Amino acid sequence: MNRINSYEELQNLAKDFSKQLEMLSPSLEEELAAENKRCNRYVSICGGTGCQSADSTKILENLQKEVDAAGLSDEVTVAITGCFGFCEKGPIVKIQPDNTFYIHVTPEDAKEIVTEHLLNGRSVARLLYEEPTIKDKVKRQDEMSFYKKQKRIALRNCGLINPEDITQAIGAQGYLALGKVISTMTPDDLIKLMIDSGLRGRGGGGFPTGKKWSFAKAYDADQKYIICNADEGDPGAFMDRSILEGDPNSVLEAMAIAGYAIGASKGFIYIRAEYPLAVNRLYIALRQAKELGLLGDNILGTNFSFDIEIKYGAGAFVCGEETALIHSIEGKRGEPTNKPPFPAESGLWNKPTCVNNVETLANIPAIINNGAEWYSSIGTAGSKGTKVFALAGKINNVGLVEVPMGTTLREIIYDIGGGIKNDRKFKAVQTGGPSGGCIPADNLDLPIDYESLTAIGSMMGSGGMIVMDEDNCMVDIAKFYLEFTVEESCGKCTPCRIGNKRLLEILTKITNGEGSEEDLETLKELAQTIKDTSLCGLGQTAPNPVLSTMKYFGDEYVAHVKDRTCPAGVCKNLVRYEITDKCIGCTKCARNCPVSCISGKVKEHHVIQQDKCIKCGACFSSCPVNAIVKG
Amino acid sequence: MCSNPQIEQDFNKLEKFIEDLPDKKGSLIAVLHKAQEIFGYLPEDVQKFVAKKLNIPVSEVNGVVTFYSYFTEEPTGKYVINVCMGTACFVKGSGDVLEEFERQLKIKVGQTTSDDKYTLQVLRCVGACGLAPVVTVNDKVYGHFTKDMVGKILNEYNE
Repeated sequence: MNRINSYEELQNLAKDFSKQLEMLSPSLEEELAAENKRCNRYVSICGGTGCQSADSTKILENLQKEVDAAGLSDEVTVAITGCFGFCEKGPIVKIQPDNTFYIHVTPEDAKEIVTEHLLNGRSVARLLYEEPTIKDKVKRQDEMSFYKKQKRIALRNCGLINPEDITQAIGAQGYLALGKVISTMTPDDLIKLMIDSGLRGRGGGGFPTGKKWSFAKAYDADQKYIICNADEGDPGAFMDRSILEGDPNSVLEAMAIAGYAIGASKGFIYIRAEYPLAVNRLYIALRQAKELGLLGDNILGTNFSFDIEIKYGAGAFVCGEETALIHSIEGKRGEPTNKPPFPAESGLWNKPTCVNNVETLANIPAIINNGAEWYSSIGTAGSKGTKVFALAGKINNVGLVEVPMGTTLREIIYDIGGGIKNDRKFKAVQTGGPSGGCIPADNLDLPIDYESLTAIGSMMGSGGMIVMDEDNCMVDIAKFYLEFTVEESCGKCTPCRIGNKRLLEILTKITNGEGSEEDLETLKELAQTIKDTSLCGLGQTAPNPVLSTMKYFGDEYVAHVKDRTCPAGVCKNLVRYEITDKCIGCTKCARNCPVSCISGKVKEHHVIQQDKCIKCGACFSSCPVNAIVKG
Repeated sequence: MCSNPQIEQDFNKLEKFIEDLPDKKGSLIAVLHKAQEIFGYLPEDVQKFVAKKLNIPVSEVNGVVTFYSYFTEEPTGKYVINVCMGTACFVKGSGDVLEEFERQLKIKVGQTTSDDKYTLQVLRCVGACGLAPVVTVNDKVYGHFTKDMVGKILNEYNE
């Protein structure tokens, strides 16, 4: 393709390219017209990491083969798209213009989809989603509770366009915001627009993006840098990865916009080496954007030049902290340094640098295209717009959800998430990853934004949201997070390096059944000291999982140290299995016990010999009448 | 440096990569990624080689290698088994899966079996949380993993 030489030329091209996307957002008439007949169709297959791990590449191949064999190649387009978000039901295939959403598709389903749907216009009922609220199959996304309360801004193109084709991105308004900014706005106008929109950093800190830009702009330097922080280290969070895989161009575009705002001509994307698919899509997008003159020298015929380079991380959670990240890009150990000086003054190679997170960047083109007022009308007083959450754990609908700020936890967990798996009882939801906290059922109706989450001892973080049920022990969970931070602590400052290790030792003692009430006091005091004295965000927030579980689930800690029991039955040293009067004497438990410590006659009450029991739980899971209790 | 032609070729490959870099400043991590891709791990002589070619102290190279969990100084087995210990997998029981691998392979996490066949590791989130708990063997992803699947998977690779 040829280089695009002006904003006007880009606008015209966008109009042309948008035609290929018309079929992807059909009107009701167009949708109905496609029923029961053979016509032009567009088949999108989820090409995100989750669905690809479940063989979606093979589905794509098989569908293309079957389409060719059926002689449909001229009528039907088969292509990958980004994450639909409904990962629980993946792999997902969507067919337009019929608006049909297929779930749990396997490569073997390709033939039936082609013969039934593409040749005859009849949807394959067994691949449709059953909406639990009406207990009936539905075919459209907007009929599913999972999607009803969502509002997709950062994820606007994921599950719509082909991320490997820049013409589709342009057809969906890609690079128009960049064109508008560099052709019609001054950097100051742009920064004002961003401040007015109320957009705040989505990486965890929540600092207003426009202000961050204005600080970096204020310093004079021969070279400044924009860094995209794609080092998504929070285990269980996959928002940024999905955006990069599904819509890499919006991030590249936004980096150039940020560069224009602060006066930078060079950008770096710092990305986890563990995200090969996202890296690959970024390289494709970069190459295509440079070919079209949307990145590189004299973008769209203006004086503005901006180039982007990809840098790999190498697995260090602390590199999410901006000073540590900068050192890592410089090829050094990713250790944080004291602020000030802030990167806006002295960052990469001591030059003014602005670090923005992936999700923050993905919002920016939409804000410029639709205006600051539009964006600030969404959300709460202090937190504007939407937030993407990676919903996972003991929940029915695992996936990626984007909701307006101010949505309650209950709406996310029950309406969108479909409630707790296997009808177990909700115990807590963990937000903010290893820096965040556990939120109990009492706070389910809390409208979430930056302030409300901090007020209850957790934090927004990058957007991980892990749901836990009654079978999770909260002391064990706190220990899990501490194991993570102890391993990831860079070791530079003493409170974090040694303090967290001591916290972990005490937690291990408690979960082993050797804790004392005094330990609980020590835990609290030490946690507070680490928070107050650590050098960087990692250490300052590392004790949060301990403090929040102690605050809301204090009785579980007390049960561990005083009664020597683990109420959830997780901590092996503290679990005790007992057979209740419900026992029907079927002998199944005794036959399943690997150490033969259950005795009893047929049709008589059985008994566990406690000193021989190894607490493996085999009896518990084998009992047909739930007569065995653990506690 | 050594007489093995394969290894010599590997060093030449790495040298060419370093020479072709447009800018050596800040390239240490990129070079180490390449070196690990070529050699499979980062033994002492590779680290010394990198230090010499980039004209930096070997202590700096080793400091970086040991800081990042992605880099390893130990060779790995033919099959690298990774049990995801991200939070989503952990709350769904990946800890039990890991224990079962340790039991059946008779090694601890981070170790390699004596026949150099399996290395057992943990990783933090592959991002396929919809499939939790997740286990990967080299590049292949296995979802909804349970303790009972451990033996089956190992049989698959034993053949």
